[in-house]
Amino acid sequence: MTALFERIQEIRRRYPDELSAVMPALQAAQVEHGGWLPREAFREVADALDLTPAYCLSIASFYDMFRLEPVGETVVEVCTNISCGLAGAQGVVEAFERELGLHAGETSADGKFSLRAVECLGGCGWATIVAVNNRHRLRVSAADVPALAAELRGEVSNGDA
Amino acid sequence: MATPEVVFAHTDGGAVTDIAQYEATGGFSALEKSRAMAPDEVIEELNASQLRGRGGAFFPTGRKWSFVPKPEQIAKPHYLVVNADESEPGTFKDREIMLRVPFRFLEGCLIAAYAIQSKHVFIYIRGEYEQEFEVLRDALAAMHKKKVLGGVTIVLHRGAGAYICGEETALLESLEGRRGQPRTKPPFPAIAGLYAAPTAVNNVESITTATSVMEMGGVEYAKLGVPNSTGTRVFSLSGNVVNGGNYELPHGFPLKDLIYEVGGGIANGRKLKAVIPGGSSTVILTPAEVEKATLDFDSLTSLGTAIGSAAVIAIDDRCCMVQLGIRVSQFYEHESCGKCTPCRVGTHWLTQILQKIEDGRAAQSDLDLLLDVCDRILGKCLCPLGDSDAIAVASYVDKFRDEFQAHIDNGGCPLGGSSSLEAVLAPVAMHHAAHEVAHA
Repeated sequence: MTALFERIQEIRRRYPDELSAVMPALQAAQVEHGGWLPREAFREVADALDLTPAYCLSIASFYDMFRLEPVGETVVEVCTNISCGLAGAQGVVEAFERELGLHAGETSADGKFSLRAVECLGGCGWATIVAVNNRHRLRVSAADVPALAAELRGEVSNGDA
Repeated sequence: MATPEVVFAHTDGGAVTDIAQYEATGGFSALEKSRAMAPDEVIEELNASQLRGRGGAFFPTGRKWSFVPKPEQIAKPHYLVVNADESEPGTFKDREIMLRVPFRFLEGCLIAAYAIQSKHVFIYIRGEYEQEFEVLRDALAAMHKKKVLGGVTIVLHRGAGAYICGEETALLESLEGRRGQPRTKPPFPAIAGLYAAPTAVNNVESITTATSVMEMGGVEYAKLGVPNSTGTRVFSLSGNVVNGGNYELPHGFPLKDLIYEVGGGIANGRKLKAVIPGGSSTVILTPAEVEKATLDFDSLTSLGTAIGSAAVIAIDDRCCMVQLGIRVSQFYEHESCGKCTPCRVGTHWLTQILQKIEDGRAAQSDLDLLLDVCDRILGKCLCPLGDSDAIAVASYVDKFRDEFQAHIDNGGCPLGGSSSLEAVLAPVAMHHAAHEVAHA
């Protein structure tokens, strides 16, 4: 049995009904596969929960955080909803596009970075919110982006390294 | 002005993530007190507090719990499901509650579970809230060690990015391992909720406040705030203000004071143009209305809007109202689950018409068509997602009709590219040609 299979059995025991385990199982599979869900991931989750791969895909395709295509090692997501938009989120997106050499929605050829514009991340009062691999940076302005991008490229420490 | 802190009591502006520190300031005494009472007496205490749901619907919390049948009436496990899937644009209060007072929140879960005689709690937490998940996971482990759970299991279930799962029946579907699409009501969750068993679904702030209610007593709690809107509320302030953030204030607090005193006024010396008072789905207010409004159910309802999720978004005079409509409508279009046709088609249609108006391609009849589409969505779906879009957009036309008209008359945006929301990108799905050569 693989580690993922064992992990999913452990998740399964938390719920009175095993179908409830499909979402956390897909989350575990996504971590296992480097941040996205290739075809074989649906087979693995399906086998572990006695479901079909098609059912697992139908769940994954509904939710925004399941990725059906490869993503970069570092995923940069910029909230562009109302409050961030009013605070200049578009400028932040464009600054990242310049710094990372990507359009929003793309992944770099070397697989290092993905850049996305996303819906409200729930940090409206601290706009603009930028999520770096799901960790939120608050109050990011376009002027902050070059230094932030350098940090993400590993060029400079963030001061405490 | 002295502001009573209830939700954030004993935090000194920081976070209480150490269980010993929480206990030192009376932590878990409300739970102990509750467990010494009969479950119905706990519900009575909540009724006396007149606490109403903080998720957006403002439904009385005690009454919601009283709707859950007694175990002898329905011989199935009973469930408490906590809605921590906060995602209404403008709203970010539950996140701060989970980060700063995780134990008060989890204590509230145990009190609520006791009141409805449930041994099973599920906390459905927004997938994007990773740090908050970790704080709750650690707090839960500390409670387990201290043996305060009393035989109740609390499962943290992480969402995966779907606004619709904040709607309670969609949340239950998602928790059961299906696509998050709302159910037909009735049956209501109290009778047939999670796994078709009796279920109470409550918001994070409601549950956290329940701890305070049990600690101070329902009658004492009801002395805070104003009639029909007792107690305090964590208001999320954002947009073009100097000091955005969450502020716990009593209900009935003047809206203008939240913006100009607490929030430090409009940033960059600009002028206020409009305020969204209760999350993106509520009717927008003009500056004249803002002057009159207080932050409570009655005042905002009388102004034709709603307190909603208590998320106040201040908008300055650089913002084009048509662009605001586009951005709001794009959000609801993106988040529509697709189950009901008026929402699935209508939200897309609203975005298209608004874009046409913004681009100067609209005829006069398009403005009528826009409002007609709003009418065709309103009240015709299983859940309020489509309504939210229609209500918001129709209110922008209603309150700023001259600006919409100017777009049609001038053949484009009167702000001529200087709007603060100019060209704001709606999210795009991950690029299909992933790993293709990037063009710098």
